[in-house]
Amino acid sequence: MNPATKPTHAEQPAAHLRLVSDRAGGATPGIKLSGVSKTYRSRDGDVPSLRPLDFTINDGEFFVVVGPSGCGKSTLLKMISGLLPPTTGEVLVDGEVVTRPHGNVGIVFQNALLLPWRNILSNAMLPIDMKRLARDKYLARAKALLKLVGLEGFEKKLPWQLSGGMQQRASICRALVHDPKIMLMDEPFGALDAMTRERMNVELMRIQRETGKTVLLITHSIPEAVFLADRVLVMTERPGAIAAIYDVPMPRPRSLETMSDPVFTELVQRIRKHFFTQGSLD
Amino acid sequence: MAEAKSPSGLSKVLNAAWVRPFLFLVVIVVAWDLSIRLFHIPAYQIPSPGDVVSVLISDWPELLRQSWPTTYATICGFLLSALFGIPVAMLIAGSKTVESYVYPLLVFSQSVPKIAIAPLFVVWFGFGIIPKVISAFLLGFFPVVVSAVQGFKSVDPDMVDLARAMQGSRFKVFCAVNLPHAMPAIFSGLKVSVTLAVVGAVVGEFVGSNSGIGYVMQRSIGTFDLPTMFAALVILALLGVILFWIVDRIERLVIPWHVSQRDDISFAS
Repeated sequence: MNPATKPTHAEQPAAHLRLVSDRAGGATPGIKLSGVSKTYRSRDGDVPSLRPLDFTINDGEFFVVVGPSGCGKSTLLKMISGLLPPTTGEVLVDGEVVTRPHGNVGIVFQNALLLPWRNILSNAMLPIDMKRLARDKYLARAKALLKLVGLEGFEKKLPWQLSGGMQQRASICRALVHDPKIMLMDEPFGALDAMTRERMNVELMRIQRETGKTVLLITHSIPEAVFLADRVLVMTERPGAIAAIYDVPMPRPRSLETMSDPVFTELVQRIRKHFFTQGSLD
Repeated sequence: MAEAKSPSGLSKVLNAAWVRPFLFLVVIVVAWDLSIRLFHIPAYQIPSPGDVVSVLISDWPELLRQSWPTTYATICGFLLSALFGIPVAMLIAGSKTVESYVYPLLVFSQSVPKIAIAPLFVVWFGFGIIPKVISAFLLGFFPVVVSAVQGFKSVDPDMVDLARAMQGSRFKVFCAVNLPHAMPAIFSGLKVSVTLAVVGAVVGEFVGSNSGIGYVMQRSIGTFDLPTMFAALVILALLGVILFWIVDRIERLVIPWHVSQRDDISFAS
């Protein structure tokens, strides 16, 4: 049991609000973090970014992390992708300790980060070039993915010719083209307007269902987190630690109407309380 | 339709983008001529445009012959500054250690007036083309380095992380992300560099040469032959403009995707 989750145990009214620190079911853990912490060294001394974390994410799970700014969410993402070594502890992906970029992830950032000199199709093919995979083998897959996200007919366009939402869809294709097991998303819809954002949420759920990927998504928006997630991890302020992990027992497929479900609103309320007691979520 | 929109062919031509600088030039030349007539400026101080043009026409073969060494030295110096400037910028942008050692020295070397040390190159390398090339190179080198460093450094670190997370090797990530990203900045540096390389070549010719436009200028100022001196200036300006234009064309070919090259508007909102 994680000590951080204990205090809230006493006041648990309903089943869906129960905290789950770890799901020891039959599902295989796709990602496992044991005692992972990160401390950055700077001139003014060591700056702790993440306190030791222990949790697992199951295969095919939609796992969402919410937390205040600067709580080390992005650090977490970099450690899972192998870009950053943890200061202590180990990250395991598929049972193997991550020591360097393993390529079994697709990453989506807040900005689409498409290369402006490549057209949409060729942007989506970037991981194939980087991993030195056979281009012709994956070309059809890239085109199918672009179709899946509704970008059919835009393959030859340059990124600046597309809207923000369309660019972000293209970057989702890029994250999926090499068929990774895990999709890491760092506030993927933070730069989009509210309406586009809701539509992208629904689409992301559809894409995840159709591809069966394990998704780790980081967000500032609590309703977005609850709407998308199988489980929501709530983080504390810097240095980040696990405040709680919540199950979201709402059936799939979910639609925007799910947001008016009492289970949904209660869960949102409950997660929001974490931030009201410890500070603000900006 | 087209007839209705443009009342006359003449106004269309006058409004074309490439005509405007020429129109402005005509205005300047007319003002130059008028002020000489109005203020009775003697010809040994400022020659009239007519005299300059007549020298340009009568001495054209000689001027053209003398402009080749200058052009040659300029291009060599410019290519050298690109050839050395871009890799040096890569090293400076890629390594904090290299930056801390090299960059301050580079800035320091820029504060040394090239004209003052140009005679040194004549002492070292004689009266041939080498002093001119070196002086063109020294003037053109710095802007390339400064712009390219800025270009290499302005790459979004997330973009590099993204490519690295896909197991891209350092070299592959550099070629796919960093280098193309730095291209617009490199080209803006190259454009400044090419015009400065002209200056550098002329400086080289001033101090020790018996050929080139710089030599023509030096000689004509010695004999108070101001129309020839001004004609040489016109040739130099033309040389700068043509070389700049060539770099600009190459830029359009190499980075057609860049914002500065877009002339059609976005259609997908």
